[in-house]
Amino acid sequence: MKDDIILRVVAKLTMPFMLVFALYVQFHGDFGPGGGFQAGVIGAAAIVFYALIFGLRAGQRLVPEAVVEAMLAAGVLVYAGVGFAGLALGGAYLDYFVLDHDPVHGQHRGIFWVEAGVALTVSGVMLKLFYMFAGRGSAE
Amino acid sequence: MEALIIHVLLTAMVVVIVALALTRNLFSVVVLSGIYSFLMATVLVALDAVDVAMTEAAVGAGVSTVLLLGALQLVASREAKPLHRPFLPLVVAIAVGGVLAYGSLGLPAFSDPQAPIHTHVAPRYLNDGPRETGVPNVVTAVLASYRGYDTLGETVVVFTAGAGVIALLRRRRKRPEEKQRKTDKEGKKA
Amino acid sequence: MTVLAAHYSHWVAIFLISAGMYILIARGNLLKKLIGLGILQTSVYLLYIAPGKLIGGTAPIVAEGFTLYSNPLPHVLILTAIVVGVATLALGLALVVRIREAYGTIEEDEILERD
Repeated sequence: MKDDIILRVVAKLTMPFMLVFALYVQFHGDFGPGGGFQAGVIGAAAIVFYALIFGLRAGQRLVPEAVVEAMLAAGVLVYAGVGFAGLALGGAYLDYFVLDHDPVHGQHRGIFWVEAGVALTVSGVMLKLFYMFAGRGSAE
Repeated sequence: MEALIIHVLLTAMVVVIVALALTRNLFSVVVLSGIYSFLMATVLVALDAVDVAMTEAAVGAGVSTVLLLGALQLVASREAKPLHRPFLPLVVAIAVGGVLAYGSLGLPAFSDPQAPIHTHVAPRYLNDGPRETGVPNVVTAVLASYRGYDTLGETVVVFTAGAGVIALLRRRRKRPEEKQRKTDKEGKKA
Repeated sequence: MTVLAAHYSHWVAIFLISAGMYILIARGNLLKKLIGLGILQTSVYLLYIAPGKLIGGTAPIVAEGFTLYSNPLPHVLILTAIVVGVATLALGLALVVRIREAYGTIEEDEILERD
């Protein structure tokens, strides 16, 4: 599909908007619909779109397999880490009100890091699934 | 008017599912399941479930369709005609549906403000949630703060799915050498 | 007529559950079985979220000027369920791909013959 000039130009124009929309959904999940899952899937969809138009090799050059596998695991570790931070600062596991001087600010911080961890894992898994299914038949 | 929109969309979903059950071309089946997910996301917006609608549209109509198409190009078949008419599964499905429909008569009517679902725990979250967590979106507040432990479990489930697919579909590079060693051993025995 | 209007959403969800179950049990093609499972899961979400709706209410995002909100608790439960559903679908598809490579077909009766 990379020989078609219309698809190439449209892909290059829309990809930045998709990525910015993914970040918007992630950070505005507190004030509107959104949150970690939706942002992770939209971000992975942007990279899948690029890989569909320009080929799987180009997509894997853009986001290498090692980075995707690292993202997969890092998200779960960030989430569990927030829990342990709550434990270290005096509360129970996954207590947010101890994370800052003011309980409400502590909740803000906790929710921010937790949603970031979720978005990392979900986008990593969706992208890895696409790489595995798309790369299976070609090089066998 | 709202109820009419919801009921019309639900009827459209029924039509799509009947078409999906009767089609044998697998590519059409995958496209119909994508259409079904989009209709589901629209119904969810009409039911005021905006977070769920965004997730269903992104995950059900986006990622699910991509994965099904990716698997379809690896599998590449057409569904075969069944050898015997599926009488028993039809009876089982209708029986289960009938019993559930009989049980649903005891449920409260659609959009009843006095239903227990609205008077039991929900007002506490709607009134105190934004004040305690500072987040106006009550769904995010409950998901990330009040029920944060469940979301940790869900993230681990997603991670396990990724790890499982990696384990199943990983390419083993040693296979040609193993084959060579096997044929050498058989040659030596003979 | 009022019974129909009061329970239509429940009955459509139950019909979709039975349809998904029928596709899961009756069809022999493994890919279609997985899609039937997905339909079964999605219609259960509908059964959960429809009772939480209040006509005249709005999405459960607290803001100035709105007093009536739809119930947010089923939304949280179903968000988790959707993601678990796609995880199940991904693992099922990986298994179908491996079965195809091992047996050469994805029809259930042909696989049972060759086993």
